[in-house]
Amino acid sequence: MNQKYLIPLTAVFLLFIVAYTGVEGAGLQWFFGIVFPYAAIIAFLAGFIYKVLGWASSAVPFRIPTTCGQQKSLPWIKQNCIDNPDTSTGVFIRMILEIFLFRSLFRNTKAAFNKNASNRLSYSWEIFLWVGALAFHYSFLVVLLRHFRFFTSPVPSCIKFLEYFDGIVQLGLPGIFISGVVLLAATLFLLARRIFDAKVTYISQAADYFPLFLIIGIAATGLAMRYFTKVDIIGIKTLTMGLATLSPTIPEGVGGLFYGHIFLVSILFAYFPASKLMHMGGIFLSPTRNMANNTRAKRHVNPWNYDVKTHTYEEYEDHFREKMIEAGLPVDKKE
Amino acid sequence: MSDELKPDELLDKIDYGPRSGSRPDSASGNWMDTTASVQIRPGMYCYAAKAESVETLGLPNAREWNPLDKDWKLPDNWQEIIFQGLKDRLEKFRTFKVFMDICVRCGACADKCHFFLGTGDPKNMPVLRAELLRSVYRNDFSTAAKILGKIPGGKALAGARPMTIDVLKEWWYYFFQCTECRRCSVFCPYGIDTAEITIMAREIFNLLGLNIDWIATPVSNCFKTGNHLGIQPHAFKDMLEFFVEDIEDVTGVDCTPQFQKKGADILFITPSGDVFADPGTYTCEGYLILFKYLKDKYGLDVTWSTYASEGGNFGFFTSHETMKRLNAKMYAEAKRLGVKWILGGECGHMWRVLHQYMDTMNGPADFLEEPVNPITGTKFENARSTKMVHITEFTADLIKHGKLELDKSRNANRIMTFHDSCNPARGMGLLDEPRYIIENVCDNFYEMPPNTIREQTFCCGSGSGLNAGENMELRMAGALPRANAVKYVHEKFGVNTLGTICAIDRATLTTLCEYWVPDVEVYGIHELVGNALILPGEKKRTEDLRFEPLPGVEEEEDE
Repeated sequence: MNQKYLIPLTAVFLLFIVAYTGVEGAGLQWFFGIVFPYAAIIAFLAGFIYKVLGWASSAVPFRIPTTCGQQKSLPWIKQNCIDNPDTSTGVFIRMILEIFLFRSLFRNTKAAFNKNASNRLSYSWEIFLWVGALAFHYSFLVVLLRHFRFFTSPVPSCIKFLEYFDGIVQLGLPGIFISGVVLLAATLFLLARRIFDAKVTYISQAADYFPLFLIIGIAATGLAMRYFTKVDIIGIKTLTMGLATLSPTIPEGVGGLFYGHIFLVSILFAYFPASKLMHMGGIFLSPTRNMANNTRAKRHVNPWNYDVKTHTYEEYEDHFREKMIEAGLPVDKKE
Repeated sequence: MSDELKPDELLDKIDYGPRSGSRPDSASGNWMDTTASVQIRPGMYCYAAKAESVETLGLPNAREWNPLDKDWKLPDNWQEIIFQGLKDRLEKFRTFKVFMDICVRCGACADKCHFFLGTGDPKNMPVLRAELLRSVYRNDFSTAAKILGKIPGGKALAGARPMTIDVLKEWWYYFFQCTECRRCSVFCPYGIDTAEITIMAREIFNLLGLNIDWIATPVSNCFKTGNHLGIQPHAFKDMLEFFVEDIEDVTGVDCTPQFQKKGADILFITPSGDVFADPGTYTCEGYLILFKYLKDKYGLDVTWSTYASEGGNFGFFTSHETMKRLNAKMYAEAKRLGVKWILGGECGHMWRVLHQYMDTMNGPADFLEEPVNPITGTKFENARSTKMVHITEFTADLIKHGKLELDKSRNANRIMTFHDSCNPARGMGLLDEPRYIIENVCDNFYEMPPNTIREQTFCCGSGSGLNAGENMELRMAGALPRANAVKYVHEKFGVNTLGTICAIDRATLTTLCEYWVPDVEVYGIHELVGNALILPGEKKRTEDLRFEPLPGVEEEEDE
């Protein structure tokens, strides 16, 4: 058994139990419903800003984009303006594609070695990680945006539109939201990859399993509340609106399941800035992607560039003068 | 290489499943537990830097040492030096800091590394190579990991580990199994560039005197004599004159070059490897023929320099500072000679340095002119600040404007494929210029499979200063993906010539082909140009630059 995923799994389970029993047994609604969510949001915002400012405070001494296509050179050679941009427009498009469509991941291949038969290495297009990642991120985004209905009154029409499209299959009662199901399925797929693909198992840390279990826990409790157990939706909205309007109240009749859900969400927010989840901010600052490949056309300035000891031509000529004269090489000083 | 591993034996070792086979792995499934069992194995590592080479540049801790010894003769405060070294670099390089924080270990890079594909060693997965360093970063610089580390077993949970001598040895072993080729960076959804992490690790090694000799001695040579191979000025001139004699034998034309000529139009700089060893020497002869042609036809005045006689820069594999110290000669010499701009020869990492670093480090080159090809009038706008042009950009422009008289038939026996060198491909994007030249000097050209060329090209397995003799097993394992693609076109199309625009490739791909695909020869692009170019007043050629009969010549003689 692998403690790298058993410990995070247990941790998420325990976190849920803590909130559930804390509310059901000890009556700590005010803590799990008010204090901790606020603390988590503060930790998230402060941590996120701290982290991004920390990155931004580091210098960018060289312009070193990874070029993934033909450079701009002679006028008749067709440049790949997106994968090897030389203008900020090109960089912008590259970044948009990277951030919204995971363009680099889309290139992913899988290598296979056919031993003995042909001894041939082959590479096939491997799309599943890209599909899984895209499904996960977008469904999570939709789920997150849908939840704004709990923090706004009246609910903005854009959120209602989103709900309408999310529920367009009109299956079951209450009507199923595609995003929630996709979110759970995608996280389970990403988890399965980590557990069953030997290479990914090898590189995975507890810090990779923990957020996955956390999100699975959030999705599972969310789905359970919507489809399987009856929760007091009016009471929940009273609580969330209280949080949003900074006049928190604890309504009667909201059960432990909800507090478990909101506690896991709070944990996710609080944990976010200290974790790999910060790739959300970091992708914007990655110098191999967000810089134009025009270093020879436009000088990049290194803020900490300093003078170094070099071996000058004079030193060189002093060292080799006789040999140079003898060989008929030109010299600056004759003796 | 008879005492080395045979290709079949090497292939038998490949296994991409980290758990299977006899590979050491701990019951906990945590790779960090295997650190102490990492063996620095002959055939897989390069010899330690000689003390005198480290002293030339005044770098720290010069001494004799051996990586196989238990005691690496480190300074007492070596851990503090590493900590401080990491801290400085986290502040100086946003790449480093961001790349330490944002990896999600998705595994997209795992099977993109030629060393992983060739060895199956899971610590050669790019993500894991970086994790070797990240685990210490988390221990020393991450608040969350520090808090988690306070509970029992928390360190392992946080993926953190303290800096120990075993960790240092593991770093050394694996960061000298990365050729900084950037292939992983193409596939990373965040653009995490393992080259950047390897560069930092090697900078740290150099703070402790842990360079390899195959890097340190060329660096020392380059600093003193102007080139990696330590060729002194008179010898450099002699060697080029030797080529001149050979060219005269083949063409009947005297292509004697100029050295250190003040007021020349262009300063030409190429890797000293091209002056030193076959088959690079033939590429060098190609340059000499081209410059002679341009001089006679158009009056273009090109000069070489024995002071700036190195295009490559092994300083890049040592530290940013060392790179700058070696690179400074180029602008200094261009300024002293008063040339208009600089032309650079075929080389890989040289062009990464020139394209992405030189102007920033040693510029601005305001004493030079914005490069214009005086023969065609083309402005090299992409080089207007750095003022250094790649020779394939230059030659492609000449061919496009019909300024070169070429006889393709002299390369008719060359069935070509083209190896994109890592640095021009992924640190520059020079992809179609060399292909255009090939198509104009040669009739038969076949591309290798799409996943192995252009930005997805595979390293020769010996880049970034790892082209030594003692690490041949590593080199040939790393060469496998490239060789496999060459073999594919060799079998499918009868390809017999592997073209390249890198001086290191000309040496290393030759070894690669001998080992994996014995019937394929390695050619520089300007060797093909040299064969095809019709010099004014040349005799009827019967041989190519390698003194092999030209295609069609033997049959004529038989008739």
